[in-house]
Amino acid sequence: MRWSLAQGFSRRSFLRGAAGGTGSLILGVKYSPAEGAIKKHSSSVINNFIRVDPDNTTTLLINYAEFGNGAYTSLAMMVAEEMDIDWNTIVLEEAPTEPKYYSPLFKEYLTAGSVTTLSAWMPMRTAGAQARDLFLRAAALKWDTDIRALDTQLGNVIERNGDRSSTYGDLLVTIEKESLTALSNVSLKNPKSFKLIGTNTKRIEGTEKVNGTAIYGIDIKLPGMLYGSVARCPVYGGKALSWNDSKTMAVKGVVKTKRISSGIVVLAKDFWSAKKGRDALEVVWDEGQNASLSSEKFYSEYKALASKPGMLAEDIGNSLKVLHETKDTIEAFYEMPYLAHACMEPMNCTAMVEQDNTDTDKISKCEIWSGTQYQSNDQEIVSKLLNIPQQSVTVHRPLIGGSFGRRASKTADFTVDAVEAANGENVPVQVIWSREEDIRGAHYRPLFVHKLRGALDDKGMPLAWHQTVVGQSIMQGTKHDPAYMVRGMDIYSLDGCLQEPFGVFRYGTSYVIPNHRVESHNPPKVGVNPHEWRAVGHTHTGIAYECFLDEMAHAGGKDPLDLRLELTKDNPRMNTVLKLLKEKTDWNTSLGEGRARGMAARIYSVSPCAQAVEITLLDNGEFSIDKVVCVIDCGIAVNPLGIESQVQGGISIGISAVAFGNIEIVDGRVQQSNFHDYNVMRINHMPEIEVHIIPSEEIPTGVGEQATAPIAPAVANAIFAASGTRVRSFPLSKHGFKLI
Amino acid sequence: MTTLSVNEKKHTVEVEADTPLLWVLRDHLNMTGTKYGCGIAQCGACTVHIDGSPQRSCVLPVSAVEGKEITTIEGLADAELLNEVQQAWLDFDVAQCGYCQSGQIMTATALLNHNSSPSDEDIDAAMSGHICRCGTYQRIREAIHHVANKPSVNVK
Repeated sequence: MRWSLAQGFSRRSFLRGAAGGTGSLILGVKYSPAEGAIKKHSSSVINNFIRVDPDNTTTLLINYAEFGNGAYTSLAMMVAEEMDIDWNTIVLEEAPTEPKYYSPLFKEYLTAGSVTTLSAWMPMRTAGAQARDLFLRAAALKWDTDIRALDTQLGNVIERNGDRSSTYGDLLVTIEKESLTALSNVSLKNPKSFKLIGTNTKRIEGTEKVNGTAIYGIDIKLPGMLYGSVARCPVYGGKALSWNDSKTMAVKGVVKTKRISSGIVVLAKDFWSAKKGRDALEVVWDEGQNASLSSEKFYSEYKALASKPGMLAEDIGNSLKVLHETKDTIEAFYEMPYLAHACMEPMNCTAMVEQDNTDTDKISKCEIWSGTQYQSNDQEIVSKLLNIPQQSVTVHRPLIGGSFGRRASKTADFTVDAVEAANGENVPVQVIWSREEDIRGAHYRPLFVHKLRGALDDKGMPLAWHQTVVGQSIMQGTKHDPAYMVRGMDIYSLDGCLQEPFGVFRYGTSYVIPNHRVESHNPPKVGVNPHEWRAVGHTHTGIAYECFLDEMAHAGGKDPLDLRLELTKDNPRMNTVLKLLKEKTDWNTSLGEGRARGMAARIYSVSPCAQAVEITLLDNGEFSIDKVVCVIDCGIAVNPLGIESQVQGGISIGISAVAFGNIEIVDGRVQQSNFHDYNVMRINHMPEIEVHIIPSEEIPTGVGEQATAPIAPAVANAIFAASGTRVRSFPLSKHGFKLI
Repeated sequence: MTTLSVNEKKHTVEVEADTPLLWVLRDHLNMTGTKYGCGIAQCGACTVHIDGSPQRSCVLPVSAVEGKEITTIEGLADAELLNEVQQAWLDFDVAQCGYCQSGQIMTATALLNHNSSPSDEDIDAAMSGHICRCGTYQRIREAIHHVANKPSVNVK
């Protein structure tokens, strides 16, 4: 799929018109034969990431997904900066699912963890610099002049003290003739001379997103395509014993019904018929072993576990001794429910499974079109499922209508649905989940219980901390097990409550408490799938840690922000963030009757982030979040406009969770089903958000999840400041605090 | 056979009378700019104009819109010239994932056609039927105010 800023509209119209005379859309995906790290030049391939056409269009192969995160724009900025090209001449293409395009951090084709900017920083800049260097050398040869007399200017090589100039595109002939190739060692720009990086740059795929031409997975149309809708067991993991499709087959447009792993799929000529047919299906279910599970039972079991010794994650000083010797310890349990991602584009995938020409019992290849964060995993799972080589599975990645972690599916659940549905059909099949299936899709932020105990010294400062974290592991038993399970503990579920770096997480809380003990229980993985949800561990550790720290500040008679300033004395980056937060919020001024502030600070994936909220609380429990001030240090700010939108988004989804977010399981059944009972924030709930980015020359780090981490505890702490009620089980609506 | 007028063009489709307009647009007319989000008129992603008024196409049977003028996101721009609301959405870099924005833009366009200078309360009232999980609400508000403060009133 191709996007271009300048030509987005016309190019897309052209592609649609050219490919789909009948109205069907064939994606204009065409991959260059780019192979090997730095390949001998042929046609216009510069390196793995860049192609240049004679008309001076630069095509970038982008190996990270775009789901609102702004990856396409910031990666293009990195290339454009080093290559020195006109922003309007850039076209993007998705890089194919091949190891050379895997994330250097994950060693997989995966967009996750708020590390895209960090991971792409050197590869994309290097790719751009290689291209610029190649064109400079070509011009020097062509003009028989010293390369030092040449410079570049927005897609042209120019002679500094002469008249000659040439577009990059015109130099392709010289590159071809002279067999020039890109060099692996090229020098990169000094960040001080950046012209594009650091400027507010609008989304490269912006036009498509306002004129209705953006193509998401759900918009894929292929000739002869059937649509699928799946009847699923009301209890996750249950299986169909039998089904009666007589009413289904009577629905006009329905083609057939068949069993797939997740249930019974109804195939039809359009989605409405498929869904209508699905709703008419009579299925006898074996509900299986999850039918007795309930959230309440998990809470009570996990609370009991939290009082038992767990696996020891961290033991700085001697918390147990200090707590034992302290008379007035502070103790609390915090409870966090399951959360659904509820991306606006429901899960879907389109698949085409092709039979071998000579042996129709054999499958030759499979193509999938999927809004996925995790295409190497999809490819791997599909290849195993169909028993074909991994390279015979082609993954096309359209735009993605929200993800928040959901579409980094380790089970490839929505992809498998489509592949199984398409297998044997000889036509493409698109399986779309209804919103109800999406909300009940059983890939959730897991339910967690934290037990906290604390002791203060005689000056009211935290002296000892003891936190026991109980919840199912996301990583245990998955292929990420070796990296994330440390001494039997899922360190993902502890991210944000360890004071010192641990495993792959090379940062701690940024606070220094002299005695700090953290224990972990990862109970058996039964029921739904514990899954990454924007900010992952911080979505529960953040609440537990930052609310309990607020409790300790209150008990010790300390201002919560001043306390954090004191605790971060040895962590200059977070300390600077907090100082600026204090200044920008006028922290010491009073807000007046019925209004209060709350704050929290978190470090997720290297970038420190702190927030203060101002709320108004009415006597009836209704409250509004009036303003959020957010300070973030993400190293070099590649695209401040994009950072601001990520911060607004991170805060928004965090407010939805803390105010309303609650997936409840009763008798194995998810009680919520759609946006009427799984409430999320709307425009009337949205606070004014002020974003301050700390100027920095450090390598750029993440912003996508960072702002989600502090917002929930900041809001809960403001509720305490306004009401004196300490909420310890979430969401806030459970306790009569209603966001208006 | 049902005849529909979409973006000032007539289309004839053969669908059951109860088929929601959303799926006729998407699966029969291949106009995929109008999005499916919830299917129960809770999120606004499927919003189109029926005779100029914003409505949820996911719960609107096709039989109810015969003879009416349907405008979708694809019909807002005059060829490649975006309407003022779409342009403001671009200028304020509103979209993140972008999936809900067709619906948001349809309702904002109708709001501004009807009320040239909406207050924050007017914006809340008109736009709170829409969900954006990416949290673009602040920029949506700014973009609407921006259009309202410009001299031209009719944005279609």
